[in-house]
Amino acid sequence: MVDRFSGTKNYVAGEDLMMAVNAAIALQRPLLIKGEPGTGKTMLAMEVASALGRPLYQWHIKSTSKAQQGLYEYDAVSRLRDSQLGEESVKDIKNYIMKGPLWEAFQSEEPAVVLIDEIDKADIEFPNDLLRELDRMEFFVYETKELVSARHRPVIIITSNNEKDLPDAFLRRCFFHYIQFPDKETMNQIVDVHFPGIKKQLLQQALEVFFDLRETPGLKKKPSTSELLDWLKLLLAEDIPLEALQTSDSRKSIPPLAGALLKNEQDVHLFERLVFLNRRNERT
Amino acid sequence: MVLLDFFFRIREASIPVSIKEYLTLLEALQKRVANESVDDFYYLSRSTFVKDESLYDRFDQAFGEYFNGLEALPDDFLKNIPEEWLQKQLELSLSEEEKRLIESLGGWEKLMETFKERLEEQQKRHQGGSKWIGTAGKSPFGAYGYNPEGIRVGQQGSRNRRAVKVWDKREYKNLDDTIELGTRNIKVALKRLRKFAREGAADELDLDGTIRSTAKNAGYLDLKMVPERRNAIKVLLFFDIGGSMDDYVRSCEELFSAARSEFKHLKYFYFHNFIYESVWKDNRRRNNERIPLGQILHKYASDYKVIIVGDATMSPYEITYPGGSVEHFNEESGAVWLKRLLDVYPKTAWINPTPEARWKFHESTSVTRELMSDRMFGLTLSGLGKAMKQLAK
Repeated sequence: MVDRFSGTKNYVAGEDLMMAVNAAIALQRPLLIKGEPGTGKTMLAMEVASALGRPLYQWHIKSTSKAQQGLYEYDAVSRLRDSQLGEESVKDIKNYIMKGPLWEAFQSEEPAVVLIDEIDKADIEFPNDLLRELDRMEFFVYETKELVSARHRPVIIITSNNEKDLPDAFLRRCFFHYIQFPDKETMNQIVDVHFPGIKKQLLQQALEVFFDLRETPGLKKKPSTSELLDWLKLLLAEDIPLEALQTSDSRKSIPPLAGALLKNEQDVHLFERLVFLNRRNERT
Repeated sequence: MVLLDFFFRIREASIPVSIKEYLTLLEALQKRVANESVDDFYYLSRSTFVKDESLYDRFDQAFGEYFNGLEALPDDFLKNIPEEWLQKQLELSLSEEEKRLIESLGGWEKLMETFKERLEEQQKRHQGGSKWIGTAGKSPFGAYGYNPEGIRVGQQGSRNRRAVKVWDKREYKNLDDTIELGTRNIKVALKRLRKFAREGAADELDLDGTIRSTAKNAGYLDLKMVPERRNAIKVLLFFDIGGSMDDYVRSCEELFSAARSEFKHLKYFYFHNFIYESVWKDNRRRNNERIPLGQILHKYASDYKVIIVGDATMSPYEITYPGGSVEHFNEESGAVWLKRLLDVYPKTAWINPTPEARWKFHESTSVTRELMSDRMFGLTLSGLGKAMKQLAK
């Protein structure tokens, strides 16, 4: 089994990111990943799992998520209902305990990868409730009085969009990495991985338009890697000729299919106004 | 022992690291996660010690300081170099052979010296070539070029990762939480002020209630519903407007728009310099449509939290004396009115957009601070954080 991560054929990882992942694997500590939306935080866990050939358990956090749900849930209501209907299953409480992703990962025969996605969406106390579980990799099931502890400590990858501060005690137990927005070179590699057949010139031109667009001052949501990939997919599907991009110096006209890059109405307006102003300046 | 020194240097740079992180780093080194290279060690120690991207910049400085003793250059040293010299025009990529051909210029100190000399000699923007500071050349100074011992100036991102040191305006700079604010960041800070309460339509299953009433119902299921939890915090926002506040319009706008989207129950009012007997809601019609402060104090209950945004920079008389206002004759002093406000709303914070270091130079700021019993906070992320904590108590 491989236990070093060095990117995959679908995922380009920087040196710093690889180091953080490898440290987390070697020391069996959780890894906390932050970064602009669309820079591949969630993808990372999937790629790590596939690169290491380990099963992946995903836990997507919502504002209503409770730490307990990651471990297990006791469905008291259906047991109550079953008891009124006189079902046999009522007698064994185990039938009403539903395993959460962490339990599944702890039980896994081979070492697993766990993704805790967007941990900042949950309540402020959420990370604190997981301290012991992530540290010792074990927890107690009160209903059945059994102790579940991990057969193999899984690699835990946690992503955050920075909507809430995480508690210090929690941070102390994690490795941390902030995914920077890729520079042009890395972006080239990333696109290469996703569209191996793309024409060099088209890509060059598209990247230029893209980075130009990102520089537009005052955008609410700058387009990110995932938007670029979507846009390229569209360009290829629509078979947009190279010339269409070349004439579209993004300061003077709106690039084709710009809707894939700018997803906010105000941004589109702002951008159109800038283009308009630039054109007028040109004429005078 | 070298590592221990490094650890303390990081702590001195006020990055919150504990023994736990230090032990983790040792463990990682023991397991050979990083090989011998400095880059590896840098990445490993960064992901172990730093848990917030806003601290990357401080960490980079401390790391550089420790490992070269040279990172702590004054910031404005860079500002003396006109930006346009450094703007990227060309990109130069040399073959391995050419790279080897370029000789280094001796030690670091010599490099620095020559750099300063050239900076003085050189008057214009320069590009290409192999002596002057500029872009895409082979001189050891400037960016987007290649010289194995060069200094990088004003370059975005690293290209060859080989320059002895990265002198850029450091990449993570504007994330430092004592410097800059964006609406998103403000929203995050304002989020600390949340109080969830159940209001509105009952559309969630109340498990505890259901069990309780089912037990009462002799074991027959009796479902109970409760309303969803919502943020029920109520906020009154007072903005100082005009005059000395003009410099801070942008940051105030950001704060305002963030607050608008974060708090459902938000009422806002404007005042000039200090709060007197009346405030207004619309700046264009402020002479006609004034709202008496007394009316506000009666209308909004004391569970409202009050945030006052103002620079508190004026003549102290404007606060302490009747008739002190610059705009009209006020029968009672501003201090009296502020006290009335504070009596009704115990949870009040004053947000001051001027840098905290300057507060002590203005008599009026000290007076206001005293009136507020020290609940004055800077308009920075950490200041807002503290203010929200204070309000949420």
